[in-house]
Amino acid sequence: MSVWRIARLVAAKDLRIEWHSRVLTNQVLPFAGVTMVIFAFALDSDAVLERVAPGLVWLATMFSMLVLVQRTFAVETDDGALDALRVAGVDPRAIFLGKASGLAVQLLVLEVVLLFAAVVLFRQTVPVDGLVLLVTTLISATCGLAAVGTLYGGLAAGFRGRETLLPLLTLPAVAPVLIGATRAVEAALGTAGAVVSDGWPWVGLLVVFAVAFGVGGSLAFGPLIDE
Amino acid sequence: MSAPVVDLSDAVAVLGSFPALAGASIRIDEGDIVLLRGPNGAGKTTLLRLCAGLVPIVRGEGRILGFDLGTQRESIRRHVGVLGHQNGLYLDLTVGENIRFWGATVGANDDETHAAMERLGVADRLVDVPVRKLSAGQKRRTALACLVARRAQLWLLDEPHAGLDASARDELDATLRQAAAAGATIVVASHELERAGSLATRTVDVIAGRIHEAGPDQEDPS
Repeated sequence: MSVWRIARLVAAKDLRIEWHSRVLTNQVLPFAGVTMVIFAFALDSDAVLERVAPGLVWLATMFSMLVLVQRTFAVETDDGALDALRVAGVDPRAIFLGKASGLAVQLLVLEVVLLFAAVVLFRQTVPVDGLVLLVTTLISATCGLAAVGTLYGGLAAGFRGRETLLPLLTLPAVAPVLIGATRAVEAALGTAGAVVSDGWPWVGLLVVFAVAFGVGGSLAFGPLIDE
Repeated sequence: MSAPVVDLSDAVAVLGSFPALAGASIRIDEGDIVLLRGPNGAGKTTLLRLCAGLVPIVRGEGRILGFDLGTQRESIRRHVGVLGHQNGLYLDLTVGENIRFWGATVGANDDETHAAMERLGVADRLVDVPVRKLSAGQKRRTALACLVARRAQLWLLDEPHAGLDASARDELDATLRQAAAAGATIVVASHELERAGSLATRTVDVIAGRIHEAGPDQEDPS
């Protein structure tokens, strides 16, 4: 069985589990929505909210991602399934790529909903000439976040106190994504006079980040979960 | 005569710097149900993990299902099923989805996974039930069906009766006898000697990292 075929199986299995349990729709999306609204209460100024809306979208995404990552590894450790996968000789690169892909699909859904919320709540507009940049940013940032989340989720899964360890490991590592994705989305939406061409260098950063953590994560995942 | 499923000769395995197996030798043939007995820390679990390719052999020789323990541990893992205190199931998936997933990891087709479900008696009433809603015995049966779907030829079971009530234990024993009759080779580490002993076709004692053949009436060394 090829790595990609097993990765597809693992991703499909994770999405099927989400379909049955509805954690994304019933818990994570409401949590992300509440986070956005609370930010709005705290800042309490339309002008400020319009300016910082792209950053709020990505902050809410990252906090919600922590919940998704905890969940995606909880289903593996509840009854020892992750150990069983390793014991069965399933290629750890395939497990990493499959879990990252499943997580990426859920993150993409989350980001689209949060962007829509930003348009409604914070009066953002999406200009047609910024659409390609916006979509590219979402995809590249999502790949980077999914790779980091899967890598550190797998690492934390083997430790006691994983609930607190995961944010400590993950949030500093995804800071470049937060910065790059925020700047690129600002450029795509034309926030504070930014233009579309300002966003592409940030997309370059996001792609490099995603490739580095994707390749590094798939190589490191086996030894990490074996430990 | 066919090649042995497990063939260890003076095998040494260490945990940290402690020699958990200190020159273990054993030969197990296809269809055997072997009970490993011995006190805690004697090396029973390490022997199971060595046979699963999870612990490296540091001295001696060993072949599992024809694969060399020194150089082909990853290949061994694909043909061996290990069942410990946990079942390795996804609780939010149904019985059928779990078995199909584990079968698919080795390329098993629908017919094979259905045959595994039939063999373990989970093809009808239980197939669409989420694993979370099953009893402990039903979960064990589902886990064994996953081993069948994965085409595991050597089953390594560590305290398989733990946590099961009397009827679930009977159910498990019947399943294991049936699996052995169908060609699976089973090694069971257990402290429940009366029950596991009646199941086993052969009993060996593991004492201080070494293996001693035991007669059926011999007392447990622990």
